[in-house]
Amino acid sequence: MKKAIITVLGKDRVGIIHGVAHVLAEKNVNILDISQTILSDVFTMMMLVDVENSTVDFTVLSAQLDEVGKELGLEIRIQLEEIFQAMHRI
Amino acid sequence: MINQFEANETIHMIESENLDIRTITMGISLFDCADSDSDRACEKIYDKITKKAENLVKTGQDIENEFGIPIINKRISVTPISMIAAPGNCDNYVKYAKALDRAAKAVGVNFIGGFSALVQKGFTEADSKLINSIPQALSETDIVCSSVNVGCTKAGISMDAVKLMGEKIKETAQLTASSDGFGCAKLVVFCNAVEDNPFMAGAFLGAGEPECVINVGVSGPGVVKHALEKVRGCDFGTVSETIKKTAFKVTRMGQLVAQEASRRLGVPFGIVDLSLAPTPAVGDSVAYILEEMGIEKCGAHGTTAALALLNDAVKKGGVFASSYVGGLSGAFIPVSEDAGMISAASCGALSLDKLEAMTCVCSVGLDMIVIPGETPASTISAIIADEMAIGMINNKTTAVRVIPAPGKKVGDVVEFGGLLGTGPVMNVSPYSSEAFIARGGRIPAPIHSLRN
Repeated sequence: MKKAIITVLGKDRVGIIHGVAHVLAEKNVNILDISQTILSDVFTMMMLVDVENSTVDFTVLSAQLDEVGKELGLEIRIQLEEIFQAMHRI
Repeated sequence: MINQFEANETIHMIESENLDIRTITMGISLFDCADSDSDRACEKIYDKITKKAENLVKTGQDIENEFGIPIINKRISVTPISMIAAPGNCDNYVKYAKALDRAAKAVGVNFIGGFSALVQKGFTEADSKLINSIPQALSETDIVCSSVNVGCTKAGISMDAVKLMGEKIKETAQLTASSDGFGCAKLVVFCNAVEDNPFMAGAFLGAGEPECVINVGVSGPGVVKHALEKVRGCDFGTVSETIKKTAFKVTRMGQLVAQEASRRLGVPFGIVDLSLAPTPAVGDSVAYILEEMGIEKCGAHGTTAALALLNDAVKKGGVFASSYVGGLSGAFIPVSEDAGMISAASCGALSLDKLEAMTCVCSVGLDMIVIPGETPASTISAIIADEMAIGMINNKTTAVRVIPAPGKKVGDVVEFGGLLGTGPVMNVSPYSSEAFIARGGRIPAPIHSLRN
């Protein structure tokens, strides 16, 4: 399993999860966990996904999520989970 | 699982506080490239570098994309060229510098360091040839960096080398006069130079280092500044703790990137250098950290104490976060590369004398300081001698990277661009050190070098 974290930040609107999940399903990326909340008026969502069996390269996936972000007016990032583990877990 | 606050903190550090990995530096040993035919040696150097570092830039970019952490520079450090060129049949080593430049450009790195000589106790013939080639080498190449170690705690200071380097810095400035002496930004004079430094211009791969190695330099002054904003008015224990915690997190990034680069490139991981390296970008300044601690303008009284605390806390926080720490590890204070330093020097708050005091407690030395073009070589040598003495006596690395910008006077400003920034021309003492520098010889090793 190769875990990555997708973070979505921006103004809440209809279809955010659908927009992101659609790309992921299309590329065979499995969603392991989702959490979302409103932090100081900003919609924030975090998804833990498995990119092990993704049909596209990580950079391509990242670019496509970025595109969805632009369409929905949101900031969407995907980063390998290790960077967060390294910083926040010993 | 990581929670949202943690994820947001990391992203915020990267997006808003300029957290980055400053450099992945691949050290490449060139010992097997030495050849009595200097042209053949240059070919071997080119071939070896382009083969070993073939995937360095691509790997760096992949890590950057996948982890979402910017890696600003990819660099190469090599064995000091004076050691490799020694058997060669030529007196001018510029061709070696050009071979390094070509190889570095071919693999797409930002800088290559190691046009270097270690002469703390005297010169070999090759050392003399290399040092004499520095001005031309730096004016005829673009991304080659040069360094010369002229002193150390164990051996004392070669004042002959100090004298010579003052002259070479002047010559380099004159040969690169059209770019305000930019060549000097690629030249460092060291005391107690380290063999695994990933930062430029002083990176070279020491003789005790392996065949090929990955060293990583972290950064993150903006992250420390931001963390300190949350503890305004608290005592120094709190300040120190806050810096330590932040340095720990920053260094964990460096450790991860170093391990990952090492694994993907199949090259052993050397060290993480825990340095706070500023850039001219607003919010990426070491001076602003000192000002956040309560100093109105960097250079005011209290600055040295603030820097001492910062330098020490960065090391304490970082050392636990990485399995191997090395390089220079501490806070850098390059004037032209730090928005707060530029501002402090421009308004007169920060003088060369105060900077010298600050170098007693920071990780390197007088760095990226523009001085008047008419400064005599002997005065530059004397600036070097003072700085080397601080390093020798205090058992620490010190360095001098000054730019005597041709035709520029105090009050003028020199633009270098990019990471090298903007340098206000700083005042040097008008009184002569000529007779002192003319003595030559060696300053003996200090009493505390006799530890065996």
